[in-house]
Amino acid sequence: MNALAARRHHRFAPIVLLLLALIGTGSVYAALAPSRATAAAPSANDVGAGQNLFRANCATCHGMSGQGTKSGPSLIGVGAAAVDFQVSTGRMPLAASGPQAPAKPPQFDAQQTAQLAAYVASLGPGPAVPTGAQVDASKGDVANGMALFRTNCAMCHNAVGAGGALSGGKYAPSLWSSSSRTIYEAMLTGPQSMPVFNNANLTPVEKRDVIAYIEAQRAGSPGGADLGSLGPVSEGLWTWVVGMGLLIGCAVWIGAKSS
Amino acid sequence: MSKNKQSRDVSVPDDGADVPARFTDPGHPEYRPRQSDLDPAADKRAERQVVALFGLSVLGTVGFLVAYFAVPPGNTVASMRLSNLLLGLGLFLAMFSIGAAAVHWSKSLMNVHERSEDRHPLRSSDQTRAAAVEMLREGATDSALGRRAVLKGAMVSALVLAPLTVAVPLIGNVGADWNVSKLKHTMWRKGTKLTIDPSGRPIKAADVTVGSLFHVIPDGLDKTAHPLDEKAKAIVLLVRLDPRDLTEAADRKGWSYQGIVAYSKVCTHVGCPVALYEQQTHHLLCPCHQSTFDVADGAKVVFGPAKRPLPQLPIEVDADGYLIAQSDFHEPVGPTFWERLK
Amino acid sequence: MTTAASRGAAATADYLDQRTGVGVAVKGLARKIFPDHWSFLLGEIALYSFIVLLISGVFLTMFFVPSMAETTYHGPWAALNGVPMSQAFASTLRLSFEVRGGLLMRQVHHWAALLFMAAIITHMMRVFFTGAFRKPRELNWLVGFTMMLLGLVAGLTGYSLPDDVLSGNGMRITDGVASSIPIIGSYLSYFIFGGEFPGSELVPRLFTLHVLLIPGLILALIGAHLFLVFLQKHTQYPGSGRTDKNVVGYPMFPIYVAKAGGFFFIVFGVIALLAATMTVNPVWNYGPFDPAVVSAGAQPDWYMLFLEGSLRLMPGWEIVIAGFSIPLNVLIPAMVVPGVLFTALALYPFIEALATGDEREHHVLNRPRNVPTRTATGVSILTAFIILIVAGSNDLLATRFHLSINDITWTLRVLLFLGPWFAFWITKRMCLGLQRKDRELVLHGHETGRVVRFAHGEYIEVHRPLDDHERWLRVNYDAHVPLAIAPEHDSRGVRRKGYRRDVLRQRLSRAFYEDRVEPVTPAQLAAAHAHGEHDALASAEPTTAPSLERAPAGGGGDLTTREGHPSNDARNQ
Repeated sequence: MNALAARRHHRFAPIVLLLLALIGTGSVYAALAPSRATAAAPSANDVGAGQNLFRANCATCHGMSGQGTKSGPSLIGVGAAAVDFQVSTGRMPLAASGPQAPAKPPQFDAQQTAQLAAYVASLGPGPAVPTGAQVDASKGDVANGMALFRTNCAMCHNAVGAGGALSGGKYAPSLWSSSSRTIYEAMLTGPQSMPVFNNANLTPVEKRDVIAYIEAQRAGSPGGADLGSLGPVSEGLWTWVVGMGLLIGCAVWIGAKSS
Repeated sequence: MSKNKQSRDVSVPDDGADVPARFTDPGHPEYRPRQSDLDPAADKRAERQVVALFGLSVLGTVGFLVAYFAVPPGNTVASMRLSNLLLGLGLFLAMFSIGAAAVHWSKSLMNVHERSEDRHPLRSSDQTRAAAVEMLREGATDSALGRRAVLKGAMVSALVLAPLTVAVPLIGNVGADWNVSKLKHTMWRKGTKLTIDPSGRPIKAADVTVGSLFHVIPDGLDKTAHPLDEKAKAIVLLVRLDPRDLTEAADRKGWSYQGIVAYSKVCTHVGCPVALYEQQTHHLLCPCHQSTFDVADGAKVVFGPAKRPLPQLPIEVDADGYLIAQSDFHEPVGPTFWERLK
Repeated sequence: MTTAASRGAAATADYLDQRTGVGVAVKGLARKIFPDHWSFLLGEIALYSFIVLLISGVFLTMFFVPSMAETTYHGPWAALNGVPMSQAFASTLRLSFEVRGGLLMRQVHHWAALLFMAAIITHMMRVFFTGAFRKPRELNWLVGFTMMLLGLVAGLTGYSLPDDVLSGNGMRITDGVASSIPIIGSYLSYFIFGGEFPGSELVPRLFTLHVLLIPGLILALIGAHLFLVFLQKHTQYPGSGRTDKNVVGYPMFPIYVAKAGGFFFIVFGVIALLAATMTVNPVWNYGPFDPAVVSAGAQPDWYMLFLEGSLRLMPGWEIVIAGFSIPLNVLIPAMVVPGVLFTALALYPFIEALATGDEREHHVLNRPRNVPTRTATGVSILTAFIILIVAGSNDLLATRFHLSINDITWTLRVLLFLGPWFAFWITKRMCLGLQRKDRELVLHGHETGRVVRFAHGEYIEVHRPLDDHERWLRVNYDAHVPLAIAPEHDSRGVRRKGYRRDVLRQRLSRAFYEDRVEPVTPAQLAAAHAHGEHDALASAEPTTAPSLERAPAGGGGDLTTREGHPSNDARNQ
């Protein structure tokens, strides 16, 4: 039996083979997988480019002129802010129907997103993408932000924005990694189940205060690990798992006969 | 009669072999010596380990004191976290090591031969009982209580009634004015402006767009004598629906304004604020026990432990376009209580 | 000990003894024997957590202001700077951020409280499943049960002291539950809050309850609990040399002074470790109480979750009688469900005593498998509580596991009834199965894994019989039989008074003890050995290990029924 044949019968052979197959498949896929959607044909202006992108990726559900179909609502009047939010967080294009459109890796880059936004904004007047100053957390009042967040946001998103449950499988997502721009746009446009917080309800200054509060939460907790900031349920879980676990372990050690 | 079922998995031979009916206790197992009993080096090692653990505790205490004086909580989250961590770890080492040292000492160095002690029945002996009964009898005779029923009755009555001197003022004063009818009314009146919580800005009907949700408090809340008490009953949710989606009862047609409806925010289950609004389904969800109300249909319950719909606040618009209440709610807000409908 | 120290000690002892006669106590207690097992330390976790609560609690009272008067916070926590709030909340913030070690003490206190309740439950389960509540310890069971209830109230009053949104909503729910009680509900609500909710009386009242009345009661009951343990001596697990007439273990001084005393420091240390590294009850995130504010994930501390889950699962059901409203959707989950579960727990020792009819003192514990109905009942009650706790966390489960909260609620509504029944059935079957396995082990010994082939072709597996101690552990239990009752009519045909009550009692007893597995008797063991292949073995070649001759193949082989043994099921006749 030669060396290679001997190694074929080694007890790790199946595992090595499996690993090679997995790595091989992954490499082939990476090499051959289609890249992100590219614009069909370059246009002179953003609106035109956006229209092409729209027709290729959105019109099936939203209609060729954004007027809406059975599968998707009308986009006339939602404004550039709504498009920027939905597309830059990857919620749109929707991958599968379900109770909610989850955030996922965005399918379009920043330029394409801006083109789509420009096109949809051209369909009818709507909220614009906020400026940098409007979402600059350092200009916001954290205390006022907390007061507003508690009244308007905490019941869905949790006191520090860790997320929460809605009915029927829907949820309010966690805000830990949301950018200040998308937070502003979400308040302004009210995506999916979220209500619309127009500028009469939460003024632009108040929105910036809310953003300042959310960003301040990312410093963590002064008491140690925050355990997900989920409240007493996770505290109870850790009490049993860590607290009672350690103590019962010590009790077993104390009661064991010494060797 | 009872159906005693004996196990019959092994058939016992009938030859009357003389084995006892039950097994007997084999007695204490032998003592199994420890390493430190047998090997003086192991004994010394255990002693050094105990000493080291006590030393570790001292280190912990010292670390705690250093952290206390040298690492104040400061003004940032990070500095507070560091102070908490260092103090806590010092405390942990200080305490845990003492415990570990004591336990290790007991397990490896102390004499661990098991011993046995007798239990005596807890019941007192018959003589003791008889003597106790006799003493009680003597005492009863000495008390001259005898067959004096009136005496006994008087004593019992006095003793039973006396605690009222403490109980009545304690209970009576604790409930303030006991005026439970206040539960049936809120501070909303005809003409009270609806304002935004917490800023107090009044709301124009035109500001309320379809899909928006306003958290509302009555105008003048902060000027009341007990703002939080009033707020607990007066909080309101304001939403605008497409009038085509709105189903209104005949006697409530005038309570909304062009698709804008106002409902009490106090859950009719046990009183939490019903604050979650799902814009697309126009459902209000209470986060405490998941009662769900349909705003488009009189805020009736569609899921969860609540039974009654949320009370509706009748609203209209004043001359300047601001939303105002037409009157107080037409029923008590909040959880159900006994005399709610009276 | 140096001579100076020993002379000092002797002088002190003499001084005290001349005035108090303390020598008697020292003689009785110093070398008192306590049995050794890790599960006997669970109650100590509760006791030591309580002491940590007292110590950390005193620290907290130096800084906490139990007042709902309004003030404005100015301090390092930017999110609340300039915000109006109660003094209770403001002093909690000051304590957490400006007092050195203040946050640590707050977290020590809260983690200790969570552990206190967890330890109580674990200890109670140990006592339940080993039958330590049997005579003479029924009173101590009731004392412990009462302490559990007091612990719940202590926790509820404690975490509501900072007057934050999370605990404030809990108080709102308490108000709703109180209001739901017929006739007196609204008055009870006024009684608790000193008027309308939230009022300004609540926090000071909770403070008195939490700091004075409840700890006082708990301390008194701890005294009674420990006094009874000392008086009745601790129970012990079954084993060789351990009977109902003795207690085998180690003396108090020095072994348990070291072990139990050391365990106090270990418990304190673990609590400190939790407080150093894991945030608990971050009230600065919830903010001062406002009746318009609520946060997603609105739950009470874990030990109240069973009530929360109960409230969440109940369907909406209210009735109106003669214009008076009775909200069953609140009364049933908040009063009836806990009432039933807690009453069952409290009365269990008496129910079991009724079924057993056993008046002896018991100091040797049961192995849970030997009391299948009790074990199954305990698991069943636990299952009900766990389902309710899961129901109380349903929104977090929905978020974490991407499920619909409505589906979870419906599933748990069904499981609340099916789960305990199923748990009872399967636990009882498992216990009976384990008992049968024990019987097999005693009768046939340990399987050694060595297979012997005889010349005539038969294969047997060699078994090693149990030694005396192993066997004693498995045969030393009473398989109680259902009660026998006197006949309905006496010798003259007169119907006996109390017969119906006796019949009910007998039915209860049958439910407990009809299905049972008896311990192996010496006669059965001898018969099992007689079944063996001794003669065949003796003629086998002694080439295999010498142990072959020393170890008779008890039972003659494997444990299937084909050799003519009926199966070990107690109901095979």
